[in-house]
Amino acid sequence: MALVSLFKVGFQAKNYGVPFGAVTAFAQTTRSGSGRQERAPSHWSPQADWPNPVDDHERFTFILADVLEYRPKGTDRDFRWDIEGWHGGDYHRIWFKSEGERHTAFKADYDVDFQLLYGRFIRYYDVQVGARAETQTFQGRNVTRGHAVIGLEGLVPYRYEIESALFISHNGDVSARFTITKNYLLTQRLIFQPRFETHAAIQKVERFTTGRGLNNIELGFRLRYEIRREFAPYAGVSFDRSFFGTADLVRQEGGDTRQVRFAAGVRLWF
Amino acid sequence: MSGKEDEMKTDLISRRQLLKSAGAFGMLALLERLAPAYAWASAADAALIPQLTGNVIDLTLAETPFRVGDRTGTAMTINGTVPGPLVRLREGGEVTLRVTNRLKEVSSIHWHGLLVPPDMDGVPGVSFGGIRPGKTFTYRFPLKQSGTYWFHSHSGGQEQSGVYAPMIIDPIAPDPVKYDREHVVVLSDWSFASPMEIMDKLKKQAGYFNFQRRTMQEFLSDAKKNGWRRTFDDYRMWSRMRMDPTDFADVTGRAYTYLMNGLSPAANWTGLFRLGERVRLRFIDSGAMSIFDVRIPGLKMTVVQADGQNVQPVEVDEFRISAAETYDVIVEPKEDRAYTIFAESIDRSGYARGTLAPRPGMSAEIPARRPRPLRTMDEMGMSMEGMGMKGMEMDGMDHGNMQMPGMRHGQEMEEIPNTHGEDDRSDRTANDPQRAQIPGSAPVKHGPDTHGPGNQMTPEITRGRLDEPGAGLGGDGRRVLTYTDLKSLHPYPDRREPQREIEIHITGHMERFIWSFDGKKYSEAKEPIHFRYGERLRWTFVNDTMMEHPLHLHGMFMELENGAGKHLPRKHTINLKPAERLSVAITAGAPGRWAFHCHLLFHMEAGMFRVVEVSEPEARP
Repeated sequence: MALVSLFKVGFQAKNYGVPFGAVTAFAQTTRSGSGRQERAPSHWSPQADWPNPVDDHERFTFILADVLEYRPKGTDRDFRWDIEGWHGGDYHRIWFKSEGERHTAFKADYDVDFQLLYGRFIRYYDVQVGARAETQTFQGRNVTRGHAVIGLEGLVPYRYEIESALFISHNGDVSARFTITKNYLLTQRLIFQPRFETHAAIQKVERFTTGRGLNNIELGFRLRYEIRREFAPYAGVSFDRSFFGTADLVRQEGGDTRQVRFAAGVRLWF
Repeated sequence: MSGKEDEMKTDLISRRQLLKSAGAFGMLALLERLAPAYAWASAADAALIPQLTGNVIDLTLAETPFRVGDRTGTAMTINGTVPGPLVRLREGGEVTLRVTNRLKEVSSIHWHGLLVPPDMDGVPGVSFGGIRPGKTFTYRFPLKQSGTYWFHSHSGGQEQSGVYAPMIIDPIAPDPVKYDREHVVVLSDWSFASPMEIMDKLKKQAGYFNFQRRTMQEFLSDAKKNGWRRTFDDYRMWSRMRMDPTDFADVTGRAYTYLMNGLSPAANWTGLFRLGERVRLRFIDSGAMSIFDVRIPGLKMTVVQADGQNVQPVEVDEFRISAAETYDVIVEPKEDRAYTIFAESIDRSGYARGTLAPRPGMSAEIPARRPRPLRTMDEMGMSMEGMGMKGMEMDGMDHGNMQMPGMRHGQEMEEIPNTHGEDDRSDRTANDPQRAQIPGSAPVKHGPDTHGPGNQMTPEITRGRLDEPGAGLGGDGRRVLTYTDLKSLHPYPDRREPQREIEIHITGHMERFIWSFDGKKYSEAKEPIHFRYGERLRWTFVNDTMMEHPLHLHGMFMELENGAGKHLPRKHTINLKPAERLSVAITAGAPGRWAFHCHLLFHMEAGMFRVVEVSEPEARP
């Protein structure tokens, strides 16, 4: 019996994923009424160098640029992207996200963020925690800050895809972001995607053009054609509007609180 | 060690043996066997299924160029062909099969449906360590059964890449099935994309291969046909559940060319016959992810064997064959013309096709393709009373309109012409007395256990559906084989009532492509499933998903409790329908560790796999 236990411990250490609890479980199994003791079929047990019969904990790497577009407006050359990716298995993944804009409504040269998160899958959603770095220009100079992030991403009833996150900056400023999109199939390859994104904050942070309360709303309509699933050029229109304190700050910087931008881009993933 | 020399030897032995057994098959069949197959088959692109027989058989696994249509890919093959060679053996003897692995990765061969010692079963990690590249593994086991079987790799995606082949074991006793000629019909799915590529896509986008989803265009035409309110309610209901009613096949005809004996529909595999002959067709579904609906327009088929086990003959127009199942049918062509053997995939995204003809070079019309089926609320396990849907009648006629003709609903409303005087589908209502005899077939509400995050949904109700032909079948005047039609030819010896009952739930998450049993992938299952040697137990399968799953148990047969009393059929693979519960009786007669899994390859690889451990027989003092 001792040998069997040693055997079992050794296998667990190598983590072959084969249920070695079987060995002890078997030795303990008794069927009521029979009084007989089962013996573990130890010579059928898998050996240390055997592969797994199935590799169901493979890791994959996924990157999606859901928004990757060029938005001409007068002399401005505005680029916008919303990229995310993950690496991992079915339940545990490392997430990477980046959202950004060049030549923003509020006259910054760029406004970009990067997130690195750990995500755990709960039936339809990934709960994500991690860090975010936000960088933009303010009055010609670069400003950067870091946040802790906790977020939820997934598919809600009626097939809306949501992405929500709460940010707490290293200065203790709390803000949040919420995105909701849905894909409507016009044909098998022509897909219409409305997209709504909003930001809100508790504290006013002037350097980051963030006012108190609701900051802005971005409503976009994009029509893409999936030449391949992974490669879909699209055209769209985006309405941006800033509110309350944020609107004041935008005006202060000489920017537009209301924007209509036409966009052409490509949605790709691999 | 083995090599060409032995291969030559087995070929010669085969001819001698064939000459001896000429009487059993008739001169014509013998001549066909001696002449190269291409002389009898279609002129275009003939695939030769070579035959091997004898006591010692050599099989080599290697990468081989494989042409489908005008494109050449690389297949993994047994002895150079897709499918591999037909291995023909005789019950009662012992066979030695030497498998040499010339691939660059570990491989294996599993003898599907064969009762073999556990270390000969060929599942890496369960039976043995696999066959390393360059090595030869010698399988040796007695042949305790007869019938049509097949064999395939049990390593990774190799089965998808071409490592599959048919096997026939001839009975010692005179074959109860009388026939003049036979053909093996291996149905399979071929993709130029590698299995890893396919799995990659499935994990990243649900419905990647599904180009039959419901679109705005379809919504508008449905609304015009059925009314705006009803259409809106229907689309909204599916959307609310985050389910796709067009989800029938994870990998579809978009990725696959469906093959019949290794030939594409255009290449048209042809099997010959002479007028007046009884022809036995041995259908094997070697598809990795494919379920086919098989029919031969103009010919009735008499099913005589299922999964290698003789059944009482039942005449049908069509049958559904799921991955890993086999069906032997007898046809008697009466006209001097070609007949199309048509195997349409379950989601109607493609078909495999061949011809049965009196002379080579003939072909018949390919039947009209059927419309894409749709899942019903019934298949989702929605309880009918709890529906409360206003303006949404659930009777068959309306659903017939809504979801295209041919969509069968739980309660059959249409008249079906009954030309055979046998039981008709319209008789199989909920009041069918036969249903009452099937244990556990009455609707059962799902318990509170939702099986964890890896399981997308639990149906409210699961019930027996053995008498249903399946989604997308029926309602078109054709008699389709159902599991309740299968009755073993002779009762099997162990007729004890099951001594204990266990239940297993088939679970999964379609969006994330996680597949499991009881919510746990194989790597998360802490223990194997224990059977005690010699016991007779009832195993109830409950399908909590909305897709079909062909469940396969190695090492032992499962007796399907389909109400046939003493004549329960034995199967090695059972196709479980969405929201179905069924029971099998198993005599745990084979000690050792045995694989149990869904035979849809990517489901198995995603985690729908378990080990069944049968304890040793007790040592007698």
